[in-house]
Amino acid sequence: MAKRAVLRSFGRHWLKPLTFWLLALPGLWLGWQWAMLLNGQPHALGFNPIETTHRFLGDTALRVLLISLAVTPFRDITRWLPVMKVRRRIGLAAFWYALLHVAAYLGLDLLIAANMSVAGMFAGLWEDVAKRIYITLGMAAFVGLIPLAVTSFNAMVRWLGARRWQQLHWAIYPVAILAVLHHGFMEKGNQPMPWIHGGILALLLGYRLVRSARNRSRPSPAAS
Amino acid sequence: SGGLQYAGTGYSVPDPLTPIDAVTGYNNFYEFGVDKSDPARHAHEMSVDPWSIEVDGHAGRTGRFALEDVVDFSALEERIYRLRCVEAWSMVIPWIGVPLAGVLQQFEPTADARYVAFETYLDRREMRGTRFPVLDWPYVEGLRMDEAMNELAFLAVGLYGDVLPNQNGAPVRLVVPWKYGYKSIKSITRISFVSQQPETAWNKAAPNEYGFYSNVNPNRAHPRWSQQTERVIGGNLFNRRETEMFNGYSEQVAHLYAGMDLIENH
Repeated sequence: MAKRAVLRSFGRHWLKPLTFWLLALPGLWLGWQWAMLLNGQPHALGFNPIETTHRFLGDTALRVLLISLAVTPFRDITRWLPVMKVRRRIGLAAFWYALLHVAAYLGLDLLIAANMSVAGMFAGLWEDVAKRIYITLGMAAFVGLIPLAVTSFNAMVRWLGARRWQQLHWAIYPVAILAVLHHGFMEKGNQPMPWIHGGILALLLGYRLVRSARNRSRPSPAAS
Repeated sequence: SGGLQYAGTGYSVPDPLTPIDAVTGYNNFYEFGVDKSDPARHAHEMSVDPWSIEVDGHAGRTGRFALEDVVDFSALEERIYRLRCVEAWSMVIPWIGVPLAGVLQQFEPTADARYVAFETYLDRREMRGTRFPVLDWPYVEGLRMDEAMNELAFLAVGLYGDVLPNQNGAPVRLVVPWKYGYKSIKSITRISFVSQQPETAWNKAAPNEYGFYSNVNPNRAHPRWSQQTERVIGGNLFNRRETEMFNGYSEQVAHLYAGMDLIENH
């Protein structure tokens, strides 16, 4: 059962290109706005385009991650199996947005603050990770995503085997918790948005807890 | 709203003014929402006319005063000040208003008035951001009396030649340019002369991050932002300005803190 659930996602389906383009859309939009900005055209990045970029990429990474965690419950509730074919690419898109988020922070904040000195950029990164709890949490979440992204290709799934692959990818749960905490500690005061993200994550994780508790009381546990 | 009559002053900085659309479109005024564009969208829902200010505490003249009796609109002046937000961005804004010292003196503070506390207007219907407890509403701020009496401390009723837009703290707000922006409390509805250091909104929310003094200080590594440099709003995206001690106003205010540890007393 576990093996089939993973390999099912290798096949072709109309949902796959559709999902790809939907996931690419926020990035394309952001790239388009930056092109307009750099050409002196009206754009939607506001009066602090770098801050807007950080927030947009961070929000997108976190929300795509939450969507990836919603795929399995969605399948269970709708019993529409093809949705499992796009779970991996949704998770991988979360990684790409997180990577852009980190790259923008390194390039547009730290590198500029260090007068374009790469050594200064890494010094700034170290200071932030050591001193600033929201950055500590965010970097931990990003680092946790890396092994998941690296093993998201078919060859890696085959090489690891479905069981070990799924064991490794269980790390997405602590990563998601870290990402929500990163957002919560980043916002000043007690803001609503981290609570909303946290509430959605709690629902998605709570669903899995309830399901696994139920499965344990049955003879044949369902996978993923 | 219309243009204001005001006199020019020597208070200025060599850097270019922040464009007015950024000054009025990029605001932290959490009473109207936590996004920087929320105040410009929602602050018009606040009624600012007529406006009165409650004055209480250790002073000879206390009670409720109309704005026109607190601020002498025939004696307005323009001051171009730097504004440094704790979020490590900055603006240069041409404020119009009156020195705070004269305003406070007309209430005849007594010797027990060691601090002055300010409170922002609060109306849950008109200020949609206050329906969620982002901060412990109403927003409160305060200054030590000698800080309040410093020549730079200013009560603004306008900017760029016109009355304050609501999102910038209409009809009257504090401007203390050597401190992080959140000290410059908006839409003031109460002034209290007190003997003890008053509570301040951000200090209550996160005391390790936001102290009572909140002087701009590039040497204190803030738990959230390195304060060594700042992004100039409306300026070059790929360049940051070196943040100056007291936001560049050391000459006027450094003596207020002689002998104080400004890391400890942040």
